[in-house]
Amino acid sequence: MKKFKYIYALLMLCCTVVVAQQTPASKQSKDIAIVGATAHIGNGQVIENSIITFSNGKITNVADAASISVNSNTMDIIDATGKHVYPGFITSNSSLGLVEVNAVRASNDQRETGNIKPHIRSLIAYNAESKVVESMRPNGVLVAQISPKGGRISGTSSIVQFDAWNWEDAAIKVDDGIHLTWPNPYTFGRWWLGEDPGVKLSTNYTNQVEELNTLIKDSKAYLKGSKTTKNLPFEAMKGLYDGSQQLYIHVEDERGITDAIAYTKAHNIKNMVIIGGYEAHKVTDLLKANNIGVLIGHTHSLPNSSDDDYDLPYKMPKLLIDAGITVGMHTGNVSNFQTRNLPFYIGTAAREGIDKEEALKIITSNTAKLLGIDDRLGTLEVGKDATLFISEGDALDMRTNQLTHAFIGGRLISLETHQTELWKRYSNKYKN
Amino acid sequence: MIKKYLFAMLLMCTYTIMAQEHFPKNDGVTSKNTNYTAFINAKIYVTPTEVINKGTLLIKEGKVIASGSSVKIPDNAIVVDLSDKSIYPSFIDIYSNFGVKTPERQRGNRRPQYDAGREGFYWNDHIMPEQNAIDKFNFDNKSASDLKKAGFGVVNTHMQDGVVRGTGALIALTNQGGNAERILDGRSAQYLSLSRSVTSAQVYPSSIMGTTALLRQMYYDADWYEKGNASAKDRSLEALIANKGLVQIIEAGNKLNDVRVDNVGDEFGIQYVIVGGGDEYERIADIKATGATYILPVNFPKAYDVENPFLANTLSVADMKEWNQKPINPKTLADNGIRFAFTTDNLKSPKELKTNILKAISYGLDKTKALEALTTIPANILGKSNMIGSLKNGAYANFLITSGDIFEKETTLYENWVKGDKMVIESMSVKDIRGKYNANINGTSYDIAISGSLSKPSVKISSGSSSLGAKITYKDEWVNIIVTDVDASNKTFTRLSSRVSDTNNLVGKATSSNGNVTSFTANKTGKSENKKKSSKKDTTTPDIVPVTYPNTAYGFETLPKQETLLFKNATVWTNETEGILENTDVLIKDGKISAIGKNLNGRGAKVIDATGKHITAGIIDEHSHIATSSVNESGHNSTAEVSIEEAVDPDDIDIYRNLAGGVTSIQILHGSANPIGGRSAIIKLKWGESAENLIYDNSPKFIKFALGENVKQSNWGDNETVRFPQSRMGVEQVFVDYFTRAREYEALKNSGKSYRKDAEMETLVEILNGERFISCHSYVQSEINMLMKVAEQFNFKVNTFTHILEGYKVADKMAKHGVGGSTFSDWWAYKFEVNDAIPYNASIMHNAGVTVAINSDDGEMSRRLNQEAAKTVKYGGVSEEDAWKFVTLNPAKLLHLDDRVGSLKVGKDADVVLWTDHPMSIYAKAEKTIIEGVTYFDLARDLELRAAMKAEKSKLTKLMLQDKNKGLKTQPVKNSKKQQLHCDSE
Repeated sequence: MKKFKYIYALLMLCCTVVVAQQTPASKQSKDIAIVGATAHIGNGQVIENSIITFSNGKITNVADAASISVNSNTMDIIDATGKHVYPGFITSNSSLGLVEVNAVRASNDQRETGNIKPHIRSLIAYNAESKVVESMRPNGVLVAQISPKGGRISGTSSIVQFDAWNWEDAAIKVDDGIHLTWPNPYTFGRWWLGEDPGVKLSTNYTNQVEELNTLIKDSKAYLKGSKTTKNLPFEAMKGLYDGSQQLYIHVEDERGITDAIAYTKAHNIKNMVIIGGYEAHKVTDLLKANNIGVLIGHTHSLPNSSDDDYDLPYKMPKLLIDAGITVGMHTGNVSNFQTRNLPFYIGTAAREGIDKEEALKIITSNTAKLLGIDDRLGTLEVGKDATLFISEGDALDMRTNQLTHAFIGGRLISLETHQTELWKRYSNKYKN
Repeated sequence: MIKKYLFAMLLMCTYTIMAQEHFPKNDGVTSKNTNYTAFINAKIYVTPTEVINKGTLLIKEGKVIASGSSVKIPDNAIVVDLSDKSIYPSFIDIYSNFGVKTPERQRGNRRPQYDAGREGFYWNDHIMPEQNAIDKFNFDNKSASDLKKAGFGVVNTHMQDGVVRGTGALIALTNQGGNAERILDGRSAQYLSLSRSVTSAQVYPSSIMGTTALLRQMYYDADWYEKGNASAKDRSLEALIANKGLVQIIEAGNKLNDVRVDNVGDEFGIQYVIVGGGDEYERIADIKATGATYILPVNFPKAYDVENPFLANTLSVADMKEWNQKPINPKTLADNGIRFAFTTDNLKSPKELKTNILKAISYGLDKTKALEALTTIPANILGKSNMIGSLKNGAYANFLITSGDIFEKETTLYENWVKGDKMVIESMSVKDIRGKYNANINGTSYDIAISGSLSKPSVKISSGSSSLGAKITYKDEWVNIIVTDVDASNKTFTRLSSRVSDTNNLVGKATSSNGNVTSFTANKTGKSENKKKSSKKDTTTPDIVPVTYPNTAYGFETLPKQETLLFKNATVWTNETEGILENTDVLIKDGKISAIGKNLNGRGAKVIDATGKHITAGIIDEHSHIATSSVNESGHNSTAEVSIEEAVDPDDIDIYRNLAGGVTSIQILHGSANPIGGRSAIIKLKWGESAENLIYDNSPKFIKFALGENVKQSNWGDNETVRFPQSRMGVEQVFVDYFTRAREYEALKNSGKSYRKDAEMETLVEILNGERFISCHSYVQSEINMLMKVAEQFNFKVNTFTHILEGYKVADKMAKHGVGGSTFSDWWAYKFEVNDAIPYNASIMHNAGVTVAINSDDGEMSRRLNQEAAKTVKYGGVSEEDAWKFVTLNPAKLLHLDDRVGSLKVGKDADVVLWTDHPMSIYAKAEKTIIEGVTYFDLARDLELRAAMKAEKSKLTKLMLQDKNKGLKTQPVKNSKKQQLHCDSE
């Protein structure tokens, strides 16, 4: 009896280990149709009572349900009447898969040492089996750009989807862009640490900007040469000049944004996106004139200054959208686990008076556009990846964000997680 | 050079010997000077309020013999005629560190120091009543001279280091007679502060509430020691006891600390003299209520440099207002009948004193009050009114001779006498040589114009149409002028020298560039055109923006009033058996919920149409760290003696932001730095009220406990391995140990035998007796279970587990124990111990019968607790009605406040929120947040406040730019970004 118990315990343990991460779904083998749902296309449009079909991982139809008939013999049909379908939500500048537990240093791979390191690549450290990554899916967050942090040029990001065996499987776009943190024009004393509370023009700013100018000049010169002695950082800059990679400039303040735009123009860098942009609403004309989009910070944050409107972070998207800027969102400044609140960041933005479908674009088509993956993701349109989900209700509101199905590239993924398993285990414990 | 120095030394020695009458004399005959000096025809300020016109001041041997209008002048008197001049008692600075060097900060050890570094003294290194400034005193000639030039005659100096700093010494700034003459009192006062000593790295106290708690315990310990209960020697306590009779001067440093230290003093019958921060005008009613006398700094901030708009944008309206308003501080205290003295402490140099006092006067401070603050009040504080601060008979002859009103810009301070020792600052006999002259020297005619100050004039010389380079020096009755020759190409000079005479002309010799010396006479032709324009001084009264409550962004000029309000046709979330009522009215009256029902009629009520809107009870956050100056006292593993009530900060902008999120009550918990933390402050977010008015009346008593990684310092860095406990095993023993000792303490106390009062033990006894409740920071199931078992062992119940992220694993045990769970909605993965935290926690605990609340521990999340509650609907399917109770009624229950708040029930406090939408919808906004019938947040008024602030900021910016254009100095703008405090915050 005792022995049996022991074996049973061992078995349980094994099971627990085995189910610690969800097994990636297999390829879509049969066509699927989702019928009757309200389809939020992601480009501002809505189709009530829609039909969406997909085949081999790609969307084949998006239409009014009345206009197309489906064959239940050749297709799996999901009746989603009364439910809502959304394109998979996309975030940017995330550390998901690079950090498992913030306070455990051994589990933290988001920051390499050094200052100029475009050659550092996030993708190869991305842990496709992270329990935190898995917990994104039940909320509809299915795709993210994973970026390295730290230093002036922190490295090269890649874009991944959240149901994979390994990073190669996960990759949607490899090495999509380089991340540059713009120098701060000001120095701020941390008065609570006894420092001079003064805000001053940084004496280093000019030098730091000049260092960035030099980097571009040096790497361009290098790339034209024979490259007999390889220079890894210079090599890694190549994509910026041939247009294959984007430059993501992390900058919050008005002057920094203005200077960063001048910098990219001076060096003829075409694909630049701003990450952050706390004061972007003050330079919307400039952004618009240069056709530059902003991946703004999440909305569940406090204003920077005691004098700012209490709701400034909430209404930031509205301020930019009203000015005609393409607004996406980044979650580089939240703990990884909070990234699953991405839809609620948008719901909060919508309460400030943006049309809900317009707000939805922030984490669907707009972010896809700004990340350069809008050919595959971001909307429910024919030809795009069938990366989408069905929710019981409005996915931007926590009460109704209840997923019944989620697909990545047509594959029906599990919505279970480490957390749902513990939930079930302990709910059962108390059921007598 | 060395010779000079030796000579000076010798001189000083001579004086020293001369002054000491009981010393043997070996260098000559006795030559005691018993002459009188009589100052006649002066306007004499005997005291600021007793002024004699054309009076006589008679002094002898360093003391005032008589002052009055008909003083008989003895024959052996030297008579000084001071017609048109004034005599004032010289100033006193009673918060000085003159001649007492503050020690250098010790280079810290990498390992933290928890125990005292001294032996035979108090258990805390920062308590140093045994320190005596006099032992470390060295007369500092340079500083003395600077102070005397600013008008000071006496300073009370002390060692500016430590929480208790020991005795000060009253020093006369005389150069005559050495320290024997200078030291008026070697034990003049005892000094205290809220700052740690730089000489010790002992961690405790690390917070404001730790410091006030330390002071309390120190007084308890002194009482116990004085009664002879101690078996070991404690030189600090002995000194403290010996210093009891002295005036107690404590540096508080700002308006909030002023009140905090006064509260400590009240408990022990000590009325401290409080060194304030100059911001007292912002909470003047509270300051008045302390009944204390204040010592005020007069360092008014310079305007901020707002030329660069990017930089100027980071400046907060609070800092701008501080610049604009701070000079009204002395006037505001005076208007409120609060006594105060001035100190030069915090000034870069005593030189700045006059400018700043003139500024305060131009902002409305009465000159008599200003003079009192520098003379009679400091003297009175020290109980030395008969000696200093006035020119009454018998007082020391410490006085100033001025050309007139000492608080006028143009007035010259001629002489500063200390104990009859004269220091000439500006000679009274300087002949006024200013004017226009003409001289003919070697055939060249010169027009000479001398202007500027009396003793340091400037000169302009021209010859014909060409103006020449010229320089003048005027010293000891000799005028020397150097002037370039008319033919400038030669770069040659003529030098003039003249001794002033009775005539108005300058007569002397001219040395030309070729070395020839001739006589010259410069005849005075007229008065100099002194730029009288400048004396058309700023007569414009300063433009002062109104003080608001709090005096920050979004403050109120007048606090909003309680109203009778009738909300019509709302969806009402009662949290009672009635559930959610549609199309229902709510009447609020006298701060209470007066009626809930259909078609209510509130006579005289302000009617608010709430159609399509929702009304709920205000949100209650069980776990908050906003509105406090400090969160953790991390200096000991148990700090039950500290209370966040002593650290409440009513000016925190997060109060306003929380109101905008529908929050009306919060528990400000101590942090999680130690297993037994500090006591809570439970407050209502009455934005604008004082700290004391925020705290609940008859507040339930709570204390923070903590478990796990934080208390065993897992994430504090590799050096933090000294403090017990370092493991969960140790954490249990901390509790067992403290509760065991608390029982023994109580038994001893009840036995009637003498005992040492221990604030920590008193608190723990309250827990054991069910009078104080624990809210315990907790994560993993083992430790949760452990604390319940410890409590059961000591026959009490844990009230609340806060965070309680693995509560779902022991929900059955929690229900059985009867403890509540106050948890995060969805936090996890930020540290090792939250790996198994799940967002379903609330629902599982709720289903198991535990009273569940959702808390924030975060100033951002707290303003969206309605959304956090909604997450429990998503994760685990809690009903909306129950989910809403997680942030209202349930935290009220956990805080033992559900008889007053947490639901909409007739008779309960009218703490309600009007929502634009379903309160748990992500699209809902709090439209009005009301506490006890007072609307503290209102969407429409918020817009008005924004507009008003914008206008005020542009006005203040304009004023600052005007200051800069006037040539006044500015300072760089300050960073207004605030530090957010959490559980782990230091």
